[in-house]
Amino acid sequence: MADPVLSVRDLMVEIPTRHAVLRPVNGVTFDLAPGEILGMVGESGAGKSMTGNAVIGLLDRPARIAGGEILLHGKRIDQLSGEALRKLRGKHIGMVFQDPLTSLNPLLTIGEQLTETILEHLDVSQTEARQRAVDGLNEVGIPAAEQRMDAYPHQFSGGMRQRVVIALALCAEPSLIIADEPTTALDVSVQAQIIALLKRLCRERGTSVMLITHDMGVIAETADRVAVLYAGRMAELGSARDVLTHPQHPYTIGLMGSTPLASAGRERLYQINGSMPRLDALPIGCAFNPRCSRAQAQCGQEPPPTLAAHNDRAACWFAGEQT
Amino acid sequence: MERLHTAWNSDFIWSFRHSPVAVVSLAIVMILVLAAVFAPLVAPYNPFDPATLNLMNGFSKPMEPNAFTGDTFWLGTDDQGRDVFSTILYGMRVSLFVGFTAVLFALILGVSLGLIAGYVGGWTETAIMRVADVQLTFPAILVAMLIFGIAKGITPVHMRDEMAIWVLIIAIGLSDWVQFARVVRGATLVEKNKEYVQAAKLIGRRPGAIMLKHILPNVLSPVLVIATISLALAIIAEATLSFLGVGAPPTQPSLGTLIRIGQGYLFSGEWWIILFPAITLLVLALSVNLLGDWLRDALNPKLR
Repeated sequence: MADPVLSVRDLMVEIPTRHAVLRPVNGVTFDLAPGEILGMVGESGAGKSMTGNAVIGLLDRPARIAGGEILLHGKRIDQLSGEALRKLRGKHIGMVFQDPLTSLNPLLTIGEQLTETILEHLDVSQTEARQRAVDGLNEVGIPAAEQRMDAYPHQFSGGMRQRVVIALALCAEPSLIIADEPTTALDVSVQAQIIALLKRLCRERGTSVMLITHDMGVIAETADRVAVLYAGRMAELGSARDVLTHPQHPYTIGLMGSTPLASAGRERLYQINGSMPRLDALPIGCAFNPRCSRAQAQCGQEPPPTLAAHNDRAACWFAGEQT
Repeated sequence: MERLHTAWNSDFIWSFRHSPVAVVSLAIVMILVLAAVFAPLVAPYNPFDPATLNLMNGFSKPMEPNAFTGDTFWLGTDDQGRDVFSTILYGMRVSLFVGFTAVLFALILGVSLGLIAGYVGGWTETAIMRVADVQLTFPAILVAMLIFGIAKGITPVHMRDEMAIWVLIIAIGLSDWVQFARVVRGATLVEKNKEYVQAAKLIGRRPGAIMLKHILPNVLSPVLVIATISLALAIIAEATLSFLGVGAPPTQPSLGTLIRIGQGYLFSGEWWIILFPAITLLVLALSVNLLGDWLRDALNPKLR
């Protein structure tokens, strides 16, 4: 594998509260190769977005990175601060947010927002920045891009706005895009287009993508590899094909079982009993054990070994054993 | 031309055109402001030029020829023979100038501090907002009088009259910044968590640039409303201070000073000296206030 664009090693995010220190992200480790699309799935509160925010360095207080390393192109960025971090992360990381309604400034034209970003990071003239902005809009499929440069965000539909957001994320030529549920706020009919667009553009440019979502369908269509998060821990990590067709962690198996398929009959979908534990009341041992259909005595005593970057597939005592 | 047409058809202008109160208020405010600005051209007399004053004209009744000189004054004259209409125009000049400048001062101070408090947070926010809270526990007029008193104490005696207007502006401005700061801080707290601000942070914009370019324009519409209503309040505050004798000096009387002067003659039958400045003040403050009310409704999408 080529040198990874992003390496996250044993990342731990903490939120100190009055009663306990919560760890919404606890020992997450993964690599992201150039041009690779990594899907991050998990329930709400599993730590997907927290991981993303930690990588871009925009954790809201009081959350903080308490341990582990984040390396961007081999350079540690989790301990950088101020000026150096601003420059580095802005240049190398682009972000596509969930809600295109709030991810564009309502009072600036999209042209202004694009050129602002381009001028901040690329050494080009005003005219060239504008030209690049128009090219960017063309690429994401905005018709009459030249005229639309002077339009305000409210003059676009949701799907078009998300296209603009993608153009905005890509315009400074980052090597990594973090897409935090980019299709959740969109119509189902538009979701597929946006995902296809994001995938195509990143393939063309060799941009890596960290795709945060809870939509298994999106993952299946897009991702090369999949990381499944549960209660801040990595439950399973592997190639999309393996994880989706032969899930090994009981949680992933449950997730797959609860995804509706057009080909399946009208039986009831599988349901994982219970809900994710509160972070201040994590069960002893494996965090999933109270809900796990395969839990044994061992699972309630000792947490399973955490996943190293490439080796294991699932963080489960009984991974790989077929039921 | 096309832009003009779009503007004319915008929701904002439409709601203005369809609000008789707003149209009339704006018309009155415009007339008063223009009359004040062009007072030297509009006023029939220059009431502060001793050479044109004739003491014999003192206490002329409105619209009646003076018993000694035969001159007629629309709104009568005061004890020194100054035309009340002209003094009102000149007085409005002072009142409006003090009002506008004080609000501008309060706005700049309050908006900057509110923006910083909301965006930076932490100790900076605590410090700024606690000062604001403490100041809110005193009546604004008391704060203004306090500042006025301190400023008067430290300015040299021969400069007091010249400085009085500026001291008044600073006093009213300082007593009024709090509401700007509170509103802007609140709006900033909402805006700074929106994703476009996160995006601006991510691309590496400096905090100052984010505050000025991204957050400030998005928090301005409540500021506009407060500024308008503050203008009315500032004009009244100035009149109150002047009425109490701590505001505009008699050499540069504002509406408040005129009311104070007129008050002395109310019970001896010269009612016009106090009545007309008071009506002017009332109409001015009311129109500005109604305009502010309309603006609040027009800019509030929930009330549309």
